Amino acid sequence: MKFLSEYRDQKAAEQLAQAIRAKVTRPWTIMEICGGQTYTIVKSGLEDLLPREITLVHGPGCPVCVTPIELIDKAVAIAQRPDVIFSSFGDMLRVPGSSKSLFDVKAEGADVRIVYSPLDALKLAKTNPERQVVFFAVGFETTAPANAMAAWQADHDSVENFSLLVSHVLVPPAMQALLSSENCVVQGFLAAGHVCTVMGYEEYIPIAARYKVPIVVTGFEPLDLLEGILMTVTQLEEGRHEVENQYSRAVRREGNRPAQERIAEVFEITPRQWRGLGEIPASGFQLRGRFQKYDANLRFPSSGEPAHESPECIAGLILQGIKKPHDCPAFAVKCTPENPLGAPMVSSEGACAAYYHYGRRQTHDVHTELPSPASR
Amino acid sequence: MADGKPTTFTLSCPVPRVADDRIVLAHGGGGRLTHQLIEKIFLPAFSNPALDQRHDGAVLPLDGLTPGSRLAFTTDSFVVRPLIFPGGNIGDLAVNGTVNDLAMCGARPLFLSAGFILEEGLEMETLRTVVTSMQEAAAKAGVQLVTGDTKVVDKGKGDGIFINTSGIGVVESGAGLINGFERARLQPRHQQPRKTGALAPEGRPLAAIGPASVEPGDAVIISGDLGRHGIAILSVREGLEFESPILSDTASVWPAVEALLNAGIEIHCLRDLTRGGLATTLNEIAGDRNVCIKLEEALIPVDEVVEGACEILGLDPLYVANEGRFAVFVPEAQANAALDVLKKVEVSRASVRIGKVEETPGRTVVLQSRIGGNRVVDMLSGEQLPRIC
Repeated sequence: MKFLSEYRDQKAAEQLAQAIRAKVTRPWTIMEICGGQTYTIVKSGLEDLLPREITLVHGPGCPVCVTPIELIDKAVAIAQRPDVIFSSFGDMLRVPGSSKSLFDVKAEGADVRIVYSPLDALKLAKTNPERQVVFFAVGFETTAPANAMAAWQADHDSVENFSLLVSHVLVPPAMQALLSSENCVVQGFLAAGHVCTVMGYEEYIPIAARYKVPIVVTGFEPLDLLEGILMTVTQLEEGRHEVENQYSRAVRREGNRPAQERIAEVFEITPRQWRGLGEIPASGFQLRGRFQKYDANLRFPSSGEPAHESPECIAGLILQGIKKPHDCPAFAVKCTPENPLGAPMVSSEGACAAYYHYGRRQTHDVHTELPSPASR
Repeated sequence: MADGKPTTFTLSCPVPRVADDRIVLAHGGGGRLTHQLIEKIFLPAFSNPALDQRHDGAVLPLDGLTPGSRLAFTTDSFVVRPLIFPGGNIGDLAVNGTVNDLAMCGARPLFLSAGFILEEGLEMETLRTVVTSMQEAAAKAGVQLVTGDTKVVDKGKGDGIFINTSGIGVVESGAGLINGFERARLQPRHQQPRKTGALAPEGRPLAAIGPASVEPGDAVIISGDLGRHGIAILSVREGLEFESPILSDTASVWPAVEALLNAGIEIHCLRDLTRGGLATTLNEIAGDRNVCIKLEEALIPVDEVVEGACEILGLDPLYVANEGRFAVFVPEAQANAALDVLKKVEVSRASVRIGKVEETPGRTVVLQSRIGGNRVVDMLSGEQLPRIC
C-alpha cells in the first residue's frame, strides 16, 4: 500500500538495523515519547533487530494512560446522568476510574457512545437537541485542533447542548519534567511525529540545548522508528544534542500554523495533573474566554468523592521509563487487559497493554491464565 | 331489564387495520397476521416438502447415507447492525454462518431451522429482502430450511431482526470419523498414536477433523484475504467511504471443504475465521493442543482497502471478522496438493499458506513481522477498540 508498505520493507529495515549496529559502541537509553510509536515497536517486533546496547523505554505519550483518575471519575459521573449522551474515543471506555469505567456504566444503561471525531459528537448534539452531549476531549497536541474546532463550530452554530470534558496535555513540559527528575535514565528522545505535525519542533530546541539530549522527530512506521533510532544514536555517539527531523514527509519546522491558531483561539495553557506523574505546571489546555461555556467540568459540578488508585499499579514508574511492564509484579497476573489495574494496560498504545499483547517474550510462561476460548 | 327481556347491544369496535408495510406485535401473536406472514413471506421463499407440512417440527428423510455416517448439529445467532450491509445482509449471513459451521465439521450441510425475533415497526420490505437473501443463500449452499419460528418484541426491545439458525449436516463415513475431542481428552498429545495410517482397534481410521488432530508439522492455509466482513460492517457504521467499496465476504465455504474431502486430502482441522478473526481462532487451537503456530505477516493476504481502513480505524486485520474464510490444517506433505484443490474452487481461489505448527513454545501464536521481528499474537481482550491517535 502506498505510504505504508514502503515503510515496512524488510530489506530496508535490515539495512537500517545494520547501520545502527555499526554505529553503536556503548549502551544508550532512548525514549520514544508517543504511545503510537510504542505500539509499532512491539507490534513489529522491532527490538529484535536492535543491538543489545540499545534500550528503548516507553514514554508518557499515551493520552489514555496519563488522563488523571479524577477526570475518569468525573466522566463516569457525567455519563450516568440520564439527560446526557457521553461520547468518547473508543479506548477511553475501558480505563478504570476509582470504582468504575465508562464501559461499566454503559452496561448499567448509561448512554455512552464511541465516536471517531469530536465533530461527530457535535453532530450528535444537533440531532438530539433535548439531550446534553458531552465529548471527552483527551489527547496531546495531535487531537487539540479537532477538539478546538468542535468548540469553535458549536459556538459558530450556537449549539448549546454540547460540551467538552477537557483533559488536554502537552508533550514538551512532560519531557522537561522527566529530564528534571533525579531518576531520569533517558539519554535521547524520539519526539512524537504527529504532535510535531501540528506544533512543529521549534519548542524542542531549547530543551535539547538545556538538558543536552538529542531529540529526533520520528514517525510511526517501523522504518521511521529505525531511522529515528539511527539518527539519535549517531548524535549520542558523536556527542551532539540537536533537534533533527526524521519525519520530514509530515513535519515542518513551524508545524501547521492554521491549526495552531485555532488551538490558541479556543484553548489556554493550564497546569495539569498527569496520571502516574502528578501535576506538571503549564502542561495542558483548558477552554478559554467565550468557549468556557462549553466546559463540561463547569456545566456538571462534581460530587467531590475522592479518587483512589490501585496501590499495586506502578504506572508512574512505567510512564517515566524507570521500570518496564515486566518489572511489575501485577503484570499479566493480577493486571490484564480484561481487568486492568492501571491505565497503561488499557489502550493498545499503553506500554503495559502493548507488552501484554505483542511483546511478551516466549520465555515468559504467562499463558497459563489464557481466557477460555471464545465460541461463536 | 325490568321487563325480563335481555337488552341487545352491539359491539362497535373498529375493524383492526391489517398492517402490511410494517411488523406489528400481532405478527408474532399466533393469529391471523402470523399466518399471513408465514403464507406471504416465509412459505413462498423456503417452500419444501418438510416445511410445507406446517407441522410443529420437521420430520426428515435420511436417505442414501452410507453406514457409519454421522450427524453434525450446530446453532448460531445473528444480531448484526446494520441489517443490510455492503455485500450482504443478516439473512445470507444467518444461512452461511451455520452452513459454514457444519462445513468446518467436515459435514455436508442438509437442513436448517430459522428462528426470527422481529422488532415491532420493522419495515416489511426489509424482512422481505432478508428472507429473499436467505432463500438464495440456502439454494446456493444446497440446504433446505425445514422449520422455523417467529416472535415479535416491542419497539425498542430488539434491533430490527435477530435470527437464530440451527443446522444439521452429515459427515460421510469416509470423511474422518473418530471424535477428536475424545482422543484428546483420553491421552496427552505426545502419547497419542501418529495419525497417518493409524487404525483404532475396531479398524476405523483415527482421523478426525477438529482442533484435537492438529500436529506439529502441519501447514496452516487460509482460504482467502482477511477482514472484509468486519470492515464492510464498520464502514457503514462509521460512515466511511472508500473509492472501491469493501463488500462482506459472506459465502458458503462448503464447496471448498467438499473439494478437499473429495480429493482425499488428510484434513486435520478446519476452522472458520469469524468473530475474533484469524488471531483468535489460531489462539484457540494453539491453546487446545499446546502447540506453537508460527505465522509470517508478509504471507497473510489483506486487501489494500481493508488494510487502509484498519489503519484509519486503529484495528488489526488479524482480529477482524470474516464470514466466508476458513483456516485448514494439513500435513506439510499435503499442503501443495490442498492448495491446488482449493484454488480451483471459487470461494477459496485465493487460498494461501501462511504458516506452520511447531512443538514449542506451547499455547502460543507467533508472527514474524514484515521487517523480520517476532511478536506474540494474543487472544483479543474484549472488543477491539479504536485508538485515539
